Amino acid sequence: MKEIKFYKLVAFINSLVPLALMAWDWYRAQLGANPVEFLTRTTGMLTLVFLLISLAVTPLRKVLSIQWLIQFRRMLGLYAFFYGFLHLLTYIWFDRSFNIKSTVSDIYARPFIAVGMGSFFLLVPLAITSTKGWIKRLGGKRWALLHKLVYVAAIGGTIHFWMLVKSDTRLPIRFAFVLAIILGSRVVIKQLKHNAPPRTLVPRG
Amino acid sequence: MLIKKPDQIKSSEITDKKLYLTRRTFARGAVLAATTVATGLLYRKLNSPPQTRIEGEKIQGIEKVPDGQSANSGFTANEKLTSIEDITNYNNFYEFSTSKTEVASAAAGFVTRPWTVAVEGLVNKPRVFDLDDLLRLAPPEERIYRLRCVEGWSMVIPWVGFPLAKLLDAVEPSSSATFVAFETLYDPKRMPEQNGGSLDWPYVEGLRMDEAMHPLTILASGLYGEKLPPQDGAPIRLVVPWKYGFKNIKSIVKIRLINRQPPTTWGSYAANEYGFYSNVNPTVDHPRWSQASETRVGEYGKRPTLMFNGYAEQVGQLYAYMDLKANF
Repeated sequence: MKEIKFYKLVAFINSLVPLALMAWDWYRAQLGANPVEFLTRTTGMLTLVFLLISLAVTPLRKVLSIQWLIQFRRMLGLYAFFYGFLHLLTYIWFDRSFNIKSTVSDIYARPFIAVGMGSFFLLVPLAITSTKGWIKRLGGKRWALLHKLVYVAAIGGTIHFWMLVKSDTRLPIRFAFVLAIILGSRVVIKQLKHNAPPRTLVPRG
Repeated sequence: MLIKKPDQIKSSEITDKKLYLTRRTFARGAVLAATTVATGLLYRKLNSPPQTRIEGEKIQGIEKVPDGQSANSGFTANEKLTSIEDITNYNNFYEFSTSKTEVASAAAGFVTRPWTVAVEGLVNKPRVFDLDDLLRLAPPEERIYRLRCVEGWSMVIPWVGFPLAKLLDAVEPSSSATFVAFETLYDPKRMPEQNGGSLDWPYVEGLRMDEAMHPLTILASGLYGEKLPPQDGAPIRLVVPWKYGFKNIKSIVKIRLINRQPPTTWGSYAANEYGFYSNVNPTVDHPRWSQASETRVGEYGKRPTLMFNGYAEQVGQLYAYMDLKANF
Protein backbone atom coordinates (compact mmCIF):
# COMPACT_ATOMS: atom_id res chain seq x y z
CA MET A 1 0.00 0.00 0.00
CA LYS A 2 1.41 3.37 -0.99
CA GLU A 3 1.65 6.17 1.62
CA ILE A 4 -1.10 8.29 0.07
CA LYS A 5 -3.43 5.35 -0.02
CA PHE A 6 -2.82 4.75 3.65
CA TYR A 7 -3.48 8.38 4.54
CA LYS A 8 -6.65 8.27 2.50
CA LEU A 9 -7.71 5.33 4.62
CA VAL A 10 -6.88 7.35 7.75
CA ALA A 11 -9.05 10.23 6.49
CA PHE A 12 -11.84 7.83 5.51
CA ILE A 13 -11.95 6.15 8.93
CA ASN A 14 -11.66 9.42 10.84
CA SER A 15 -14.54 10.89 8.89
CA LEU A 16 -16.67 7.95 9.99
CA VAL A 17 -15.88 8.46 13.68
CA PRO A 18 -18.70 10.99 14.31
CA LEU A 19 -21.20 8.65 12.66
CA ALA A 20 -19.96 5.69 14.70
CA LEU A 21 -20.21 7.64 17.95
CA MET A 22 -23.66 8.93 17.05
CA ALA A 23 -24.83 5.37 16.31
CA TRP A 24 -23.25 4.10 19.53
CA ASP A 25 -24.91 6.88 21.57
CA TRP A 26 -28.21 6.16 19.88
CA TYR A 27 -27.91 2.43 20.64
CA ARG A 28 -27.33 3.03 24.35
CA ALA A 29 -29.94 5.84 24.47
CA GLN A 30 -27.36 8.49 25.27
CA LEU A 31 -28.34 11.16 22.77
CA GLY A 32 -29.68 13.42 25.50
CA ALA A 33 -33.18 14.61 26.18
CA ASN A 34 -34.10 15.34 22.58
CA PRO A 35 -32.38 12.71 20.40
CA VAL A 36 -34.03 13.84 17.17
CA GLU A 37 -32.86 17.40 17.62
CA PHE A 38 -29.41 16.15 18.57
CA LEU A 39 -29.10 13.96 15.46
CA THR A 40 -30.45 16.67 13.19
CA ARG A 41 -28.19 19.34 14.60
CA THR A 42 -25.10 17.14 14.63
CA THR A 43 -25.51 15.85 11.07
CA GLY A 44 -26.15 19.41 9.91
CA MET A 45 -23.02 20.69 11.61
CA LEU A 46 -20.97 17.83 10.16
CA THR A 47 -22.22 18.68 6.68
CA LEU A 48 -21.02 22.25 7.07
CA VAL A 49 -17.74 21.15 8.64
CA PHE A 50 -16.96 18.77 5.76
CA LEU A 51 -17.99 21.38 3.20
CA LEU A 52 -15.60 23.87 4.76
CA ILE A 53 -12.75 21.34 5.01
CA SER A 54 -13.20 20.28 1.39
CA LEU A 55 -13.26 23.92 0.31
CA ALA A 56 -10.11 24.62 2.33
CA VAL A 57 -8.14 21.96 0.43
CA THR A 58 -7.25 24.07 -2.61
CA PRO A 59 -6.22 27.27 -0.77
CA LEU A 60 -4.15 25.21 1.68
CA ARG A 61 -2.55 23.30 -1.14
CA LYS A 62 -1.55 26.52 -2.87
CA VAL A 63 -0.45 28.45 0.20
CA LEU A 64 1.53 25.57 1.67
CA SER A 65 2.52 24.07 -1.69
CA ILE A 66 1.35 20.63 -0.65
CA GLN A 67 0.21 19.17 -3.93
CA TRP A 68 -0.98 15.81 -2.61
CA LEU A 69 -3.71 17.47 -0.51
CA ILE A 70 -5.85 17.50 -3.65
CA GLN A 71 -6.10 13.73 -3.38
CA PHE A 72 -8.36 14.10 -0.32
CA ARG A 73 -10.78 16.61 -1.80
CA ARG A 74 -13.21 14.23 -3.45
CA MET A 75 -13.53 12.08 -0.34
CA LEU A 76 -14.14 15.10 1.89
CA GLY A 77 -16.71 16.48 -0.52
CA LEU A 78 -18.50 13.14 -0.66
CA TYR A 79 -18.54 13.03 3.12
CA ALA A 80 -20.20 16.47 3.14
CA PHE A 81 -22.80 15.03 0.79
CA PHE A 82 -23.16 11.91 2.94
CA TYR A 83 -23.72 13.81 6.18
CA GLY A 84 -26.02 16.21 4.33
CA PHE A 85 -28.05 13.22 3.20
CA LEU A 86 -28.28 11.92 6.79
CA HIS A 87 -29.31 15.42 7.90
CA LEU A 88 -32.09 15.50 5.33
CA LEU A 89 -33.07 11.95 6.30
CA THR A 90 -33.47 12.82 10.00
CA TYR A 91 -35.70 15.73 9.00
CA ILE A 92 -37.88 13.76 6.58
CA TRP A 93 -38.00 10.76 8.90
CA PHE A 94 -38.55 12.26 12.35
CA ASP A 95 -39.91 15.71 11.61
CA ARG A 96 -42.11 14.80 8.62
CA SER A 97 -42.63 11.04 9.18
CA PHE A 98 -41.81 10.40 5.48
CA ASN A 99 -44.90 12.37 4.46
CA ILE A 100 -44.07 13.93 1.10
CA LYS A 101 -47.05 16.27 1.14
CA SER A 102 -46.22 17.74 4.52
CA THR A 103 -42.56 18.01 3.49
CA VAL A 104 -43.48 20.03 0.41
CA SER A 105 -45.81 22.33 2.35
CA ASP A 106 -43.11 22.74 5.00
CA ILE A 107 -40.62 23.88 2.36
CA TYR A 108 -43.10 26.57 1.33
CA ALA A 109 -43.87 27.57 4.91
CA ARG A 110 -40.36 27.72 6.31
CA PRO A 111 -37.78 29.59 4.25
CA PHE A 112 -34.81 28.11 6.13
CA ILE A 113 -35.95 24.62 5.15
CA ALA A 114 -36.14 25.72 1.52
CA VAL A 115 -32.64 27.20 1.67
CA GLY A 116 -31.20 24.07 3.30
CA MET A 117 -32.99 21.74 0.92
CA GLY A 118 -31.86 23.77 -2.09
CA SER A 119 -28.27 23.72 -0.90
CA PHE A 120 -28.36 19.96 -0.46
CA PHE A 121 -29.78 19.35 -3.94
CA LEU A 122 -26.98 21.44 -5.42
CA LEU A 123 -24.60 18.83 -4.03
CA VAL A 124 -26.36 15.93 -5.80
CA PRO A 125 -24.95 16.53 -9.31
CA LEU A 126 -21.53 17.13 -7.76
CA ALA A 127 -21.61 13.79 -5.97
CA ILE A 128 -22.75 12.02 -9.14
CA THR A 129 -20.05 13.58 -11.30
CA SER A 130 -17.29 13.10 -8.76
CA THR A 131 -15.81 10.11 -10.58
CA LYS A 132 -12.87 10.14 -13.00
CA GLY A 133 -15.17 8.89 -15.74
CA TRP A 134 -17.43 11.93 -15.37
CA ILE A 135 -14.49 14.33 -15.42
CA LYS A 136 -13.50 12.81 -18.76
CA ARG A 137 -17.05 12.80 -20.06
CA LEU A 138 -17.64 16.46 -19.17
CA GLY A 139 -14.14 17.69 -19.92
CA GLY A 140 -12.04 19.32 -17.22
CA LYS A 141 -13.23 22.86 -17.82
CA ARG A 142 -16.93 22.11 -17.81
CA TRP A 143 -16.52 19.81 -14.85
CA ALA A 144 -14.70 22.52 -12.89
CA LEU A 145 -17.41 25.03 -13.78
CA LEU A 146 -20.15 22.66 -12.60
CA HIS A 147 -18.31 22.02 -9.37
CA LYS A 148 -18.25 25.74 -8.62
CA LEU A 149 -21.79 25.03 -7.36
CA VAL A 150 -20.17 23.88 -4.15
CA TYR A 151 -19.59 27.54 -3.23
CA VAL A 152 -23.30 28.24 -3.60
CA ALA A 153 -24.13 25.17 -1.50
CA ALA A 154 -21.71 26.17 1.26
CA ILE A 155 -23.02 29.74 1.38
CA GLY A 156 -26.61 28.43 1.32
CA GLY A 157 -25.89 25.93 4.08
CA THR A 158 -24.42 28.63 6.29
CA ILE A 159 -27.39 30.94 5.68
CA HIS A 160 -29.71 28.00 6.46
CA PHE A 161 -27.95 27.60 9.83
CA TRP A 162 -28.04 31.33 10.49
CA MET A 163 -31.77 31.53 9.75
CA LEU A 164 -32.78 28.86 12.21
CA VAL A 165 -31.07 29.99 15.41
CA LYS A 166 -33.29 31.84 17.84
CA SER A 167 -30.98 34.62 18.91
CA ASP A 168 -27.47 33.33 19.49
CA THR A 169 -25.81 33.76 16.10
CA ARG A 170 -22.27 33.21 17.34
CA LEU A 171 -21.85 29.75 15.87
CA PRO A 172 -23.28 30.53 12.41
CA ILE A 173 -21.16 33.69 12.39
CA ARG A 174 -18.08 31.54 13.01
CA PHE A 175 -18.98 29.26 10.13
CA ALA A 176 -19.58 32.28 7.91
CA PHE A 177 -16.26 33.78 8.99
CA VAL A 178 -14.30 30.64 8.13
CA LEU A 179 -16.15 30.35 4.83
CA ALA A 180 -15.35 33.99 4.03
CA ILE A 181 -11.65 33.37 4.73
CA ILE A 182 -11.61 30.29 2.52
CA LEU A 183 -13.40 31.99 -0.36
CA GLY A 184 -11.46 35.23 0.12
CA SER A 185 -8.12 33.42 0.03
CA ARG A 186 -9.04 31.98 -3.36
CA VAL A 187 -9.61 35.47 -4.72
CA VAL A 188 -6.33 36.69 -3.24
CA ILE A 189 -4.39 33.71 -4.60
CA LYS A 190 -5.90 34.28 -8.03
CA GLN A 191 -4.99 37.98 -7.94
CA LEU A 192 -1.41 37.26 -6.90
CA LYS A 193 -1.04 34.77 -9.69
CA HIS A 194 -2.55 37.24 -12.13
CA ASN A 195 -0.20 40.04 -11.07
CA ALA A 196 2.94 37.91 -11.05
CA PRO A 197 5.22 38.63 -14.03
CA PRO A 198 4.88 35.95 -16.65
CA ARG A 199 7.75 33.50 -16.63
CA THR A 200 9.96 34.04 -19.62
CA LEU A 201 10.19 30.96 -21.68
CA VAL A 202 13.59 30.14 -22.90
CA PRO A 203 13.56 27.99 -25.98
CA ARG A 204 15.73 24.97 -25.45
CA GLY A 205 17.65 22.84 -27.82
CA MET B 1 32.14 9.96 6.05
CA LEU B 2 32.31 6.43 4.97
CA ILE B 3 29.40 5.40 2.92
CA LYS B 4 29.22 1.71 2.56
CA LYS B 5 28.41 0.42 -0.81
CA PRO B 6 25.58 -2.02 -0.84
CA ASP B 7 27.85 -4.99 -1.25
CA GLN B 8 29.77 -3.91 1.84
CA ILE B 9 26.74 -4.11 4.07
CA LYS B 10 26.73 -7.43 5.78
CA SER B 11 23.56 -9.28 5.13
CA SER B 12 23.18 -9.68 8.89
CA GLU B 13 22.85 -5.88 9.24
CA ILE B 14 19.96 -5.57 6.83
CA THR B 15 16.64 -5.35 8.56
CA ASP B 16 14.67 -8.39 7.78
CA LYS B 17 11.91 -7.56 5.30
CA LYS B 18 9.34 -9.25 7.47
CA LEU B 19 10.40 -7.22 10.50
CA TYR B 20 10.45 -4.02 8.45
CA LEU B 21 6.92 -4.66 7.27
CA THR B 22 5.80 -5.51 10.80
CA ARG B 23 7.24 -2.24 12.05
CA ARG B 24 5.56 -0.33 9.28
CA THR B 25 2.26 -2.03 9.95
CA PHE B 26 2.65 -1.24 13.61
CA ALA B 27 3.42 2.42 12.92
CA ARG B 28 0.44 2.67 10.61
CA GLY B 29 -1.81 1.02 13.11
CA ALA B 30 -0.63 3.52 15.69
CA VAL B 31 -1.33 6.47 13.38
CA LEU B 32 -4.77 5.14 12.58
CA ALA B 33 -5.61 4.46 16.22
CA ALA B 34 -4.24 7.78 17.48
CA THR B 35 -6.06 9.91 14.90
CA THR B 36 -9.28 7.99 15.41
CA VAL B 37 -9.14 8.50 19.16
CA ALA B 38 -8.28 12.18 18.69
CA THR B 39 -11.22 12.67 16.33
CA GLY B 40 -13.48 10.84 18.76
CA LEU B 41 -12.37 13.02 21.66
CA LEU B 42 -12.81 16.16 19.58
CA TYR B 43 -16.33 15.07 18.67
CA ARG B 44 -17.11 14.35 22.31
CA LYS B 45 -15.72 17.69 23.41
CA LEU B 46 -17.65 19.69 20.83
CA ASN B 47 -20.81 17.68 20.95
CA SER B 48 -21.39 15.74 24.12
CA PRO B 49 -24.84 15.27 25.55
CA PRO B 50 -23.96 15.18 29.25
CA GLN B 51 -26.44 13.66 31.65
CA THR B 52 -25.49 14.40 35.20
CA ARG B 53 -27.80 14.15 38.13
CA ILE B 54 -27.06 15.86 41.41
CA GLU B 55 -29.36 14.83 44.20
CA GLY B 56 -31.29 17.89 45.38
CA GLU B 57 -32.48 18.76 48.86
CA LYS B 58 -35.91 17.28 49.65
CA ILE B 59 -38.79 19.69 50.22
CA GLN B 60 -40.80 18.82 53.34
CA GLY B 61 -44.57 18.74 53.67
CA ILE B 62 -45.59 18.77 50.01
CA GLU B 63 -49.37 18.60 49.59
CA LYS B 64 -50.53 16.23 46.91
CA VAL B 65 -53.61 17.20 44.96
CA PRO B 66 -56.61 15.12 46.12
CA ASP B 67 -57.60 12.62 43.44
CA GLY B 68 -61.14 13.87 43.02
CA GLN B 69 -60.06 17.46 42.48
CA SER B 70 -57.39 16.80 39.91
CA ALA B 71 -59.59 15.92 36.95
CA ASN B 72 -61.00 19.36 36.20
CA SER B 73 -58.47 21.63 37.87
CA GLY B 74 -55.65 20.78 35.48
CA PHE B 75 -53.37 20.52 38.51
CA THR B 76 -52.28 16.99 37.69
CA ALA B 77 -51.67 16.01 34.09
CA ASN B 78 -52.36 12.31 33.83
CA GLU B 79 -49.34 11.60 31.65
CA LYS B 80 -46.00 9.88 31.89
CA LEU B 81 -43.52 12.13 33.65
CA THR B 82 -40.40 13.26 31.85
CA SER B 83 -37.33 11.84 33.61
CA ILE B 84 -35.55 14.09 36.08
CA GLU B 85 -32.33 13.56 34.09
CA ASP B 86 -33.96 15.06 31.02
CA ILE B 87 -35.64 17.89 32.94
CA THR B 88 -32.35 18.88 34.55
CA ASN B 89 -30.07 18.44 31.53
CA TYR B 90 -32.07 20.06 28.75
CA ASN B 91 -32.72 23.66 29.62
CA ASN B 92 -33.14 27.02 27.99
CA PHE B 93 -31.50 29.48 30.34
CA TYR B 94 -29.58 31.96 28.20
CA GLU B 95 -28.00 33.63 31.24
CA PHE B 96 -25.81 30.55 31.53
CA SER B 97 -25.58 29.08 28.03
CA THR B 98 -27.51 29.09 24.78
CA SER B 99 -26.86 25.37 24.39
CA LYS B 100 -29.63 23.44 26.13
CA THR B 101 -27.32 20.58 27.05
CA GLU B 102 -24.69 22.83 28.57
CA VAL B 103 -26.83 24.91 30.93
CA ALA B 104 -26.61 22.35 33.75
CA SER B 105 -22.81 22.40 33.89
CA ALA B 106 -22.62 26.16 33.34
CA ALA B 107 -25.10 26.82 36.15
CA ALA B 108 -23.59 24.34 38.62
CA GLY B 109 -22.53 26.16 41.76
CA PHE B 110 -24.93 29.08 41.22
CA VAL B 111 -25.50 30.35 44.78
CA THR B 112 -29.13 31.09 45.63
CA ARG B 113 -28.76 32.02 49.30
CA PRO B 114 -29.28 34.68 50.47
CA TRP B 115 -32.07 35.57 48.05
CA THR B 116 -34.73 38.23 48.20
CA VAL B 117 -37.75 38.93 46.04
CA ALA B 118 -39.05 42.52 45.97
CA VAL B 119 -42.80 42.81 45.40
CA GLU B 120 -43.67 46.41 44.64
CA GLY B 121 -45.61 48.83 42.47
CA LEU B 122 -49.36 49.27 42.69
CA VAL B 123 -49.81 47.41 45.97
CA ASN B 124 -50.86 48.47 49.44
CA LYS B 125 -48.14 46.49 51.22
CA PRO B 126 -44.94 46.49 49.15
CA ARG B 127 -42.35 44.20 50.66
CA VAL B 128 -38.95 42.71 50.06
CA PHE B 129 -39.31 39.05 50.93
CA ASP B 130 -36.52 36.91 52.14
CA LEU B 131 -36.83 33.66 50.20
CA ASP B 132 -37.68 31.61 53.28
CA ASP B 133 -40.45 34.03 54.27
CA LEU B 134 -41.78 33.92 50.72
CA LEU B 135 -41.91 30.13 50.74
CA ARG B 136 -43.77 30.19 54.05
CA LEU B 137 -46.68 32.15 52.53
CA ALA B 138 -48.39 28.96 51.44
CA PRO B 139 -47.82 25.22 51.76
CA PRO B 140 -45.90 23.64 48.86
CA GLU B 141 -48.15 21.77 46.44
CA GLU B 142 -47.29 19.25 43.77
CA ARG B 143 -48.46 20.32 40.30
CA ILE B 144 -47.89 18.03 37.35
CA TYR B 145 -47.92 20.27 34.28
CA ARG B 146 -47.11 19.94 30.63
CA LEU B 147 -44.42 22.38 29.53
CA ARG B 148 -44.37 23.34 25.85
CA CYS B 149 -41.32 25.19 24.55
CA VAL B 150 -41.77 27.63 21.68
CA GLU B 151 -39.05 25.63 19.90
CA GLY B 152 -41.37 22.65 19.51
CA TRP B 153 -40.50 20.25 22.34
CA SER B 154 -42.42 19.48 25.50
CA MET B 155 -42.10 17.79 28.87
CA VAL B 156 -44.33 16.70 31.75
CA ILE B 157 -42.91 18.09 34.98
CA PRO B 158 -43.93 17.49 38.61
CA TRP B 159 -43.37 20.97 40.03
CA VAL B 160 -43.45 21.94 43.67
CA GLY B 161 -44.84 25.41 44.23
CA PHE B 162 -47.73 27.56 45.35
CA PRO B 163 -50.19 29.80 43.53
CA LEU B 164 -48.83 33.23 42.59
CA ALA B 165 -52.22 34.57 43.72
CA LYS B 166 -51.25 33.80 47.33
CA LEU B 167 -48.25 36.11 47.08
CA LEU B 168 -50.21 38.83 45.32
CA ASP B 169 -52.95 38.63 47.94
CA ALA B 170 -50.34 39.09 50.65
CA VAL B 171 -49.23 42.45 49.23
CA GLU B 172 -52.81 43.60 48.48
CA PRO B 173 -52.85 44.82 44.87
CA SER B 174 -54.55 48.16 44.36
CA SER B 175 -57.50 48.17 41.97
CA SER B 176 -55.48 50.08 39.36
CA ALA B 177 -53.02 47.19 38.91
CA THR B 178 -53.70 45.47 35.59
CA PHE B 179 -50.39 43.78 34.78
CA VAL B 180 -47.58 42.05 36.63
CA ALA B 181 -43.95 42.45 35.54
CA PHE B 182 -41.25 39.97 36.54
CA GLU B 183 -37.49 40.33 36.54
CA THR B 184 -34.66 37.80 36.75
CA LEU B 185 -31.49 38.40 38.76
CA TYR B 186 -28.95 40.59 37.00
CA ASP B 187 -25.46 39.63 38.12
CA PRO B 188 -22.98 39.01 35.29
CA LYS B 189 -20.47 37.58 37.76
CA ARG B 190 -22.85 34.76 38.58
CA MET B 191 -24.63 34.56 35.24
CA PRO B 192 -21.76 34.58 32.75
CA GLU B 193 -23.77 35.06 29.55
CA GLN B 194 -25.06 38.38 30.89
CA ASN B 195 -21.66 39.71 29.84
CA GLY B 196 -22.90 40.46 26.36
CA GLY B 197 -24.72 37.42 25.14
CA SER B 198 -27.51 37.65 22.66
CA LEU B 199 -30.39 39.22 24.60
CA ASP B 200 -30.91 42.34 26.69
CA TRP B 201 -30.50 41.74 30.41
CA PRO B 202 -32.01 41.34 32.89
CA TYR B 203 -34.59 38.95 31.52
CA VAL B 204 -38.08 40.38 31.98
CA GLU B 205 -41.53 38.88 31.51
CA GLY B 206 -45.11 39.82 32.25
CA LEU B 207 -48.65 38.59 32.77
CA ARG B 208 -52.05 40.21 32.70
CA MET B 209 -53.52 40.48 36.21
CA ASP B 210 -56.18 37.80 35.60
CA GLU B 211 -53.52 35.43 34.22
CA ALA B 212 -51.34 36.05 37.27
CA MET B 213 -54.26 35.36 39.63
CA HIS B 214 -55.30 32.16 37.85
CA PRO B 215 -55.05 29.07 40.09
CA LEU B 216 -52.87 27.27 37.52
CA THR B 217 -50.22 30.00 37.71
CA ILE B 218 -47.63 29.08 40.32
CA LEU B 219 -44.30 30.14 41.71
CA ALA B 220 -42.24 26.96 41.73
CA SER B 221 -39.35 26.27 44.07
CA GLY B 222 -38.89 22.59 43.31
CA LEU B 223 -39.46 19.62 41.03
CA TYR B 224 -39.68 15.89 41.71
CA GLY B 225 -40.02 16.77 45.40
CA GLU B 226 -36.59 18.39 45.53
CA LYS B 227 -35.45 22.00 45.54
CA LEU B 228 -34.99 23.44 42.06
CA PRO B 229 -31.52 22.94 40.62
CA PRO B 230 -29.96 26.16 39.24
CA GLN B 231 -30.52 25.20 35.60
CA ASP B 232 -34.28 24.97 36.16
CA GLY B 233 -34.56 28.46 37.65
CA ALA B 234 -33.50 28.24 41.28
CA PRO B 235 -34.47 29.36 43.77
CA ILE B 236 -37.87 30.50 42.52
CA ARG B 237 -39.49 30.69 39.11
CA LEU B 238 -42.81 31.26 37.42
CA VAL B 239 -44.79 28.41 35.85
CA VAL B 240 -47.73 29.25 33.57
CA PRO B 241 -48.51 25.94 31.92
CA TRP B 242 -50.70 27.20 29.07
CA LYS B 243 -48.02 29.53 27.73
CA TYR B 244 -44.77 28.83 25.88
CA GLY B 245 -41.81 27.97 28.08
CA PHE B 246 -40.03 31.32 27.84
CA LYS B 247 -42.92 33.03 29.69
CA ASN B 248 -41.93 30.96 32.74
CA ILE B 249 -39.28 33.40 33.96
CA LYS B 250 -36.56 31.95 36.17
CA SER B 251 -34.57 33.05 39.23
CA ILE B 252 -36.97 35.91 40.01
CA VAL B 253 -35.81 38.87 42.12
CA LYS B 254 -38.53 41.42 41.41
CA ILE B 255 -42.28 41.38 40.88
CA ARG B 256 -43.92 44.70 40.05
CA LEU B 257 -47.63 45.42 39.70
CA ILE B 258 -48.35 48.07 37.10
CA ASN B 259 -51.15 49.49 34.98
CA ARG B 260 -49.72 48.96 31.49
CA GLN B 261 -48.47 46.00 29.51
CA PRO B 262 -44.80 45.51 30.41
CA PRO B 263 -42.06 44.78 27.87
CA THR B 264 -40.78 41.21 27.62
CA THR B 265 -37.24 40.13 26.72
CA TRP B 266 -38.12 37.97 23.71
CA GLY B 267 -40.79 40.43 22.57
CA SER B 268 -38.19 43.20 22.55
CA TYR B 269 -35.78 40.96 20.65
CA ALA B 270 -38.27 39.98 17.91
CA ALA B 271 -41.76 41.44 18.33
CA ASN B 272 -43.12 39.59 15.30
CA GLU B 273 -42.00 36.20 16.65
CA TYR B 274 -42.73 36.36 20.39
CA GLY B 275 -45.96 38.07 21.41
CA PHE B 276 -46.87 39.26 24.90
CA TYR B 277 -49.44 36.51 25.41
CA SER B 278 -47.53 33.62 23.81
CA ASN B 279 -50.29 31.19 24.64
CA VAL B 280 -49.62 27.72 23.29
CA ASN B 281 -51.66 27.67 20.09
CA PRO B 282 -51.31 25.02 17.38
CA THR B 283 -53.14 27.23 14.88
CA VAL B 284 -50.77 30.20 15.11
CA ASP B 285 -47.35 29.33 13.72
CA HIS B 286 -44.08 30.89 14.70
CA PRO B 287 -42.99 32.89 11.63
CA ARG B 288 -40.15 30.42 11.06
CA TRP B 289 -41.70 27.13 12.11
CA SER B 290 -44.98 25.35 12.65
CA GLN B 291 -46.51 25.08 16.11
CA ALA B 292 -49.04 22.41 15.12
CA SER B 293 -47.07 19.55 16.65
CA GLU B 294 -44.34 18.92 19.17
CA THR B 295 -41.70 16.41 20.23
CA ARG B 296 -42.27 15.08 23.72
CA VAL B 297 -38.84 14.76 25.29
CA GLY B 298 -38.06 11.06 25.59
CA GLU B 299 -40.12 10.13 22.54
CA TYR B 300 -39.31 9.85 18.87
CA GLY B 301 -41.77 11.24 16.39
CA LYS B 302 -44.29 13.99 16.99
CA ARG B 303 -47.57 14.50 18.74
CA PRO B 304 -50.16 17.17 18.06
CA THR B 305 -49.92 20.34 20.12
CA LEU B 306 -53.05 21.09 22.16
CA MET B 307 -54.83 24.45 22.34
CA PHE B 308 -53.58 26.32 25.43
CA ASN B 309 -51.30 23.30 25.90
CA GLY B 310 -54.33 21.23 26.95
CA TYR B 311 -55.58 23.77 29.51
CA ALA B 312 -58.33 25.29 27.32
CA GLU B 313 -61.01 24.20 29.75
CA GLN B 314 -59.35 26.08 32.59
CA VAL B 315 -58.08 29.22 30.85
CA GLY B 316 -60.08 29.55 27.62
CA GLN B 317 -62.47 32.09 29.15
CA LEU B 318 -59.57 34.48 29.87
CA TYR B 319 -59.31 35.08 26.13
CA ALA B 320 -62.94 34.66 25.15
CA TYR B 321 -63.24 37.92 23.21
CA MET B 322 -59.71 38.17 21.92
CA ASP B 323 -58.37 37.61 18.43
CA LEU B 324 -55.64 35.10 19.23
CA LYS B 325 -54.00 35.54 15.84
CA ALA B 326 -53.48 39.25 16.47
CA ASN B 327 -52.69 38.76 20.17
CA PHE B 328 -50.30 35.85 19.77
